[in-house]
Amino acid sequence: MEAFFSQVFSGLASGIIYGSVALALVMIYQATHHINFAQGEMATFSTFIAWWLMQRGWPYWGAFFFTVALSFAGGLLVQRIVLKPIEKAPVMTNVIVFIGLLLIFNALSGWIFDHTIKSFDSPFPKDSVLATRFFSAHQIGSAGVLLLVLLALFGFFRFTSLGLAMRAAAQNPDSARLVGIRVSWMLGLGWGLAAAIGAVAGMMVAPIVFLDPNMMAGILLYGFAAALLGGIDNPLGAVLGGFIVGVLENLLGAYVIGTELKLSVALVLIVATLTLRPNGLWGKKVVTRV
Amino acid sequence: MPRLLEVAQLCAWYGATQVLHGVDFALEAGHITAILGANGAGKTTTLRALCQGVKTRGSILLNGQQLVGKATESVVRLGVAHVPDGRGTFTGLSVEENLRLGGYVRGNPAELELDMQRMFTRFPILQQRRAQQAGTLSGGEQQMLAISRALMLRPTLLLLDEPSFGVAPLVVAEIFRILRQINREDGVSMLLVEQNANLALDLADHAYLLETGRVALSGTAAAIKKDEKVREAYLGY
Repeated sequence: MEAFFSQVFSGLASGIIYGSVALALVMIYQATHHINFAQGEMATFSTFIAWWLMQRGWPYWGAFFFTVALSFAGGLLVQRIVLKPIEKAPVMTNVIVFIGLLLIFNALSGWIFDHTIKSFDSPFPKDSVLATRFFSAHQIGSAGVLLLVLLALFGFFRFTSLGLAMRAAAQNPDSARLVGIRVSWMLGLGWGLAAAIGAVAGMMVAPIVFLDPNMMAGILLYGFAAALLGGIDNPLGAVLGGFIVGVLENLLGAYVIGTELKLSVALVLIVATLTLRPNGLWGKKVVTRV
Repeated sequence: MPRLLEVAQLCAWYGATQVLHGVDFALEAGHITAILGANGAGKTTTLRALCQGVKTRGSILLNGQQLVGKATESVVRLGVAHVPDGRGTFTGLSVEENLRLGGYVRGNPAELELDMQRMFTRFPILQQRRAQQAGTLSGGEQQMLAISRALMLRPTLLLLDEPSFGVAPLVVAEIFRILRQINREDGVSMLLVEQNANLALDLADHAYLLETGRVALSGTAAAIKKDEKVREAYLGY
């Protein structure tokens, strides 16, 4: 029983990571109705920047917030420069560009910061009061960070007029223009926010899995599964989906299919969700009278 | 009378297909003007051209300011509110959120709240539906929402594309009565596109008749109503 619980808890711990990646995906989806395949690699690149800053002697939180701000600007720039020209292009064009971005950011990380595996500090020291029997201080701390991000996002989308305008622009760009919303900038803002959340996720992941250019590859897949399972348009659902995926992955890995097949859990979940419940568990089903 | 809008030699295209071939008309401030015409005459396109939603050439002066070449968002910010065909409500958002978006460019939250209350007085059903997803409203309710949302901009010019389309006749009468009221009480100028010429001419002060992308006839609503040709072709008596 002890072993079982420890599997569940370590699943919850990975769930925190999957949830934050899923959150970034949901973010882009809310703003653009696209899924950004380059999300993980962009997050890795951001994490490298934070690592580089800390190597230069920056304090952790200074590097953290600077990286988040820089990632926001970077995401905005990527949208302005790379995606704006294909705004009206079909979905497949966008998908190809996302894959291109994935390769570019992956290669950039390796080229600038090389491929050796690096350790990345956690802001939550091992012996701090946060540590409990089942969770390390870092796991508790990153759960707290994730919760804060989630609350901030929820507040932004629900209670600010800019958040409302972003939702409107994603849902119906033509009507959004007719109420005076600058739709193209809303997309840019969505990319900026997603890149910033991705950076947070990357910096929370790196102390656990170590930093290298392919750090996010597997995690992104679990993030996809989490986002789809929770409902691609629901930030809270994405986080809950992350926990479910984390626990399932761990339990199935330990007792049913063995660790080698763990990654396929994510793929099976994606396919199962899309066929059985395309809106996810907590996704909003848009009702239209025709 | 001051001219609110002056349109000269307006041409518009959908891709390579030219739909408007040099339309000239003018709107007077505070008036309701109707554009009549058969299917495909270019009525909807004229409204879209005013909002710069299609490729256009020519001149559109709103209070002396040129609209041709501006982005749709910028035209809206100059006070042109468009209720498009198909209504263009945000179906996945609540009624209240739709109204808030209508006043998005104005910003002032206290003022918006006040205006929202005014919309609820004009269209009480919207207050009941306040938290409901806009997509679940009936055709008439959606039309009321679309009009209210446009009015939340406090527009100088309201463009209405077939407000009677897909709405029950009794509700149409109600909507047109309220439109008249809004025009009289708030002084909102309106440009109305309507298939139902009878309805449009009862509401409007002036009217233009479009035929294949050109103005074929213009005059006061009363004069147009008496015109032999219009009566035969559009009024049916």
